[in-house]
Amino acid sequence: MSEQTPMIRIEGLKKTYGSGQTAVAALSGVSLTVMKGDIHGIIGMSGAGKSTLIRCINRLDTPTEGTILIDGQDILAMNPKELRAMRKRVSMIFQQFNLLMQRTVAGNVRYPLEISGVPKAEADKRVMELLGIVGLTGKVNAYPAQLSGGQKQRVAIARALASNPEVLLCDEATSALDPITTQSILSLLQDINRRLGITVVVITHEMAVIRQICNRVTIIDGGEIVEEGDVDEVFTHTRSAAGRRLFGIVSTEPHDEPQFRDAIRIVFDGDSIDAPVLSSVILKTGLAVSILSADVKQLAGKRYGQMLLEVPESYEDRAKLVTALRDMGVTVEEVHLS
Amino acid sequence: MTADKIWTLVQQGFIDTLYMTIPSTLLAYLLGLPLGVLLVITKRGGIRERPTLNKALGVIINFLRSVPFLILLVMLFPITRVVMGTSVGTRSIIFPLFVSAFPFVARMVEGSLNEVDSGLIEAAQSMGSTTFQIIWKVMLPEALPSLINGAAICITTILAYTAMAGAAGGDGLGKIAITYGLNRREYGVMYAASIALVVMVQVFQMIGNILTRVTDHRHR
Ligand SMILES: Nc1ncnc2c1ncn2[C@@H]1O[C@H](COP(=O)(O)OP(=O)(O)OP(=O)(O)O)[C@@H](O)[C@H]1O
Ligand SMILES: [Mg+2]
Repeated sequence: MSEQTPMIRIEGLKKTYGSGQTAVAALSGVSLTVMKGDIHGIIGMSGAGKSTLIRCINRLDTPTEGTILIDGQDILAMNPKELRAMRKRVSMIFQQFNLLMQRTVAGNVRYPLEISGVPKAEADKRVMELLGIVGLTGKVNAYPAQLSGGQKQRVAIARALASNPEVLLCDEATSALDPITTQSILSLLQDINRRLGITVVVITHEMAVIRQICNRVTIIDGGEIVEEGDVDEVFTHTRSAAGRRLFGIVSTEPHDEPQFRDAIRIVFDGDSIDAPVLSSVILKTGLAVSILSADVKQLAGKRYGQMLLEVPESYEDRAKLVTALRDMGVTVEEVHLS
Repeated sequence: MTADKIWTLVQQGFIDTLYMTIPSTLLAYLLGLPLGVLLVITKRGGIRERPTLNKALGVIINFLRSVPFLILLVMLFPITRVVMGTSVGTRSIIFPLFVSAFPFVARMVEGSLNEVDSGLIEAAQSMGSTTFQIIWKVMLPEALPSLINGAAICITTILAYTAMAGAAGGDGLGKIAITYGLNRREYGVMYAASIALVVMVQVFQMIGNILTRVTDHRHR
C-alpha cells in the first residue's frame, strides 16, 4: 500500500507551554516519519502530547524547537500565505466535529471551496460529489444540530476532503462516538485512504482504532516516542511499558523469570484460526483455564485482539498450556500482572 | 387638550424620536461593529493578537461608557456644532447619541463574538482561511442570532437616551413628556407620550426576538 516515500518528516520536535516555573514540556524531542499512503496511528495516554503533536503538523501550534517537513517543504519557515496554502493540502478533523452551526451540511462542505474562490456552479457539483463519498446526500439542507454525531463527523470529513488534500489529520475523530458509529467512521477513513490515496494520521487513545485501520503505529508517552513500527509487529511484540499499559498489561519486564509470571497473553494477529482455540486447548491438555480479560474482534474473517488467561499453579501445567497454544499457531506470551 | 391634539403631538414626537434613534444606531454600528471585532481578534489568544492595541481600545471604550449621557451631551456641544452644523434641535442630538452608543455597541458585539466556539475558529484556520474570511464567514454568521439580540438591546437603550435628550434640546416623545408633564401639568399628554415610548421599546424588542429566533440554527 505505501510507496515508501515520506509525506511528513518530523525531527527533534519540542513544544513547551508557558515559561519558567510553570513551563510544561508537552513534547520533548519527537522524531517521526509518516510515509505516503499510510494510515499512521499515534497512540498514547491522556496528556501524552498527541494533540500537541498533530497540531504542530498543520501549525495550529508552533513548536518551540525542531523541524517539520511536509512533502519536503519546511512548514516552520513558511510565511502566512504559504501556510494557508499548506493547510489546504493538510486537512484536519476533530473530536468535537467543529462544524459551522449556522450553515447547512452543504454550506459546511462548500466553505473550503468558497475560501479558495471556486465558482459557485462548480462548487455545488463538488459538494454533492463529496457528500456522495461520505454517504450523506440525503442531508444536504439539514443543519448540523439536526444530525447525529456520526453524521456530523461525515460532514466534517467531506469538508476536509473538499480542498483535495494529500494528508488527513484526525485528532480523536471517533472518541465522541459509540462503538458502532466508530466502526463506520473508521471504515470510511480506510476507504478514503484506499480510494483517494490520502495519507491519514490518526490520533487515539484506543488500541482498537489502531488495530482496525492503521498499518503503522507510534506510541507516545510523556512527550516522547517510546515505540514505533508496523501495527502487527508492535501489537504482537510490544516492547514499551506504555504500549503494554495501553494493551491492558502492566509489565515493566516482559522477560521475567517464569515463577513471577501469573498470566498468559495470547494474541490474534489476523491469521485465520479456524478452530475455537480455547476449547481445543482445554480438551487437549485437560487443564482448567480461566479468562482474565478478552478483547478479540473478527474482521474480514480474521481475528484480531488479545486474551489474558490465568495460568495454572504448577510449572509443568503452565508449560503444557503454552506449548498447546503455540501448537495451534497463536502468539503466546507470559506476562506479569499488577 | 383634546384627544385629537394629543394624537397629533404624539405622532410628531414618534417621528422625531425615530429620526434621532435610527440614524444614531446605524452610525453607532458602523463604528461599533468593527471595533467589537477588533477587540475580539486582538485580545490575547485572538486570531490577530495585539495586546497593547487591545488594552488601549478597552480604556477608551470604558472611558466613554462611564460618562453619563447628559454630561457627554454638554461636553460635546462644541464638537457637535462643528460636525452637525448646530448644537440645538433634534438633528444635533444624533451626534452625541452616536458617541455615547458606539462604545456600548462595541462591547455588545465583543460579547456576542466571544461566544463563538473557539473550535470553529480553529477549524477555519486549519482549512487555510485568511483572518478576514474567519471574521466574515465564521465569526459574524455564527454569532448572528446573538448580534441581533444585542442590536435590539442597543436600539432600545438609544431610544431611552433620546428621551433624556428631550431635557437638552432634542424633540421627540421624551421632550413632550417632560414639557407637558413637568412644566404644564398636562398629564394626559405626558402619559400618552410615555405609553408611545413604551410601545416603541416593546416593538423593537419583539422584532429583535423574532429575528434572533429565526436566524438561530444552533438548536434542533
Ligand atoms: N495550551 C496549553 N497550555 C498549557 N499546557 C498545555 C496546553 N495544551 C496542552 N498542554 C499540556 O501539554 C501536555 C500534552 O497535552 P496534549 O493535549 O497534547 O495531550 P493529549 O495526548 O492530546 O491528551 P488527551 O488524550 O487528553 O487529549 C499536557 O500536559 C497538557 O496539560
Ligand atoms: Mg488530545
